[in-house]
Amino acid sequence: MSEPLITNPEFAVAPISLWRRGVNSFATLAAAAAVIAVLLPLGAVFGYLIYKGIGSINWAFLTQTPKPVGEAGGGMANAIAGSAFILLIASSIGVPIGIGAGIYLAEYGRNRLGNIVRFTADVLNGVPSIVVGIVAYAIVVLAQGHFSALAGGVALAIMMIPTIARTTEEMLLLVPNTVREAAYGLGVSRWRTTLSITLRTATSGVITGVMLAFARVAGETAPLLFTAFGNQYWNWKINQPTAALSLQIFTYAISPFDEWHRQAWAGALILIVLIVLAVSAVRIVAGRGMLKGAN
Amino acid sequence: MGVGIKVDQLNAWFGKTQALYDITMEAPANHATAIIGPSGCGKSTFVRCLNRMHETVAEARATGRVRIGELDVYNGTSAVQIRRRIGMVFQKPNPFPTMTIYDNVAAGLKLNGFHDHARLDEIVERSLKLSALWDEVKDSLRKKSGASLSGGQQQRLCIARALAVEPQVLLMDEPCSALDPISTGKIEELIFQLKEKFTIVIVTHNMQQASRVAEFTGFFLLGKLIELDKTEKIFTTPSDKRTEDYITGRFG
Repeated sequence: MSEPLITNPEFAVAPISLWRRGVNSFATLAAAAAVIAVLLPLGAVFGYLIYKGIGSINWAFLTQTPKPVGEAGGGMANAIAGSAFILLIASSIGVPIGIGAGIYLAEYGRNRLGNIVRFTADVLNGVPSIVVGIVAYAIVVLAQGHFSALAGGVALAIMMIPTIARTTEEMLLLVPNTVREAAYGLGVSRWRTTLSITLRTATSGVITGVMLAFARVAGETAPLLFTAFGNQYWNWKINQPTAALSLQIFTYAISPFDEWHRQAWAGALILIVLIVLAVSAVRIVAGRGMLKGAN
Repeated sequence: MGVGIKVDQLNAWFGKTQALYDITMEAPANHATAIIGPSGCGKSTFVRCLNRMHETVAEARATGRVRIGELDVYNGTSAVQIRRRIGMVFQKPNPFPTMTIYDNVAAGLKLNGFHDHARLDEIVERSLKLSALWDEVKDSLRKKSGASLSGGQQQRLCIARALAVEPQVLLMDEPCSALDPISTGKIEELIFQLKEKFTIVIVTHNMQQASRVAEFTGFFLLGKLIELDKTEKIFTTPSDKRTEDYITGRFG
């Protein structure tokens, strides 16, 4: 740059100083470093799981139940199915209650009761998961007289509810009031507006909240220890003890056997892969209904 | 067919603040009545009282008598029923963002439990033609979101949506304030045609607009209706000094 393009001194711009260039490069680098710091642990965990676990994953691992101690082979099929079963129970309890609570907070909750619910949800979010397990133990296991898939599902549902409720509330509040007014103006009743207009407009955000809660509880072990309890065999009964991947990983990891350690790594890999698959599947299915140009 | 509007001793509040004082007026059937006045004078509140949208705001309330044709708005009819008879178009275009163009127009009927598909097709087409949007969107009715249209098209979509439920009265709360002159022209033309079928009350900041589209004009100031008369008279020989000051630009 020998000759400045603009010769009128009023419009001439001073060349960017070395100092400003330096600050700019530094800030860009710092931002890039922050991104790497976020991605690195995830990549490291996933990479290490693949390294340790992939060798033990085979057809038998995915289709068979555990073998007794000392026998080689066997798998975690019942635990994979059990986790899916417990998560299904947890979601069918937790998602409707969570979304319902979120709707109340956003549409009707500008009052004292709303503040109490909000505060309770935030506190519940911070309660250690083992404590939630004890609650489920007290209200389900003791009442039934034995461990069960239902108890595990209730424990996980209790953990899902605050996250879903608070994200649903935030997402509904993001829907502009003019959209609600448009529906009222057409003579649509309030409940119908909430369900068919407001909630529908906020769908993608609400689903994100649900998936966040789902992914969080999918790997929980502590609340299942004395609710679902674990099981060496297949179980499809809601009132019977049920295996779960996280429990199986826990049991195998603290065992003294090398074979079980290997299987624990494989189980952990399967768990994380299944969570990623489940979350992606929901995103794709939900995304298909979305319109071009919407939001 | 449109029906006339009669308002008697209408008062409205937001919490403890009174927004409207003893409004008494009439708007004749199948004519457009414009409401003008400076910002904050209660124009919007007034039209929102006509279809009971006012009370959707927390702590807002209204007293008095409003008759729309045979309908007694504040007596014996639910707000939901009132709003089905009185269409409303808002200041900012507010199509339902997650719905297609078709569903936006059909929303009022569908959400109230009307699901006759053949009839719906007919009504959607007729409403979009009435709002002069049909030719621009007929090929993407079910493909595009209502939010993907331009601002002027969105506002005409909102008009079509309001017309689809076959109201007797159409309330328009500054429908052109967010639009460019070309879109504004289209909507004003539209208002002219819609008068044949509906009674129109239009709030506007733009006095030229009032003189172009409305036979009658009411001037609001500080929550009171100062005067309501033929548009021509209001803009040439108003009977109240305050109206004259406003339209000649001495304040507001």
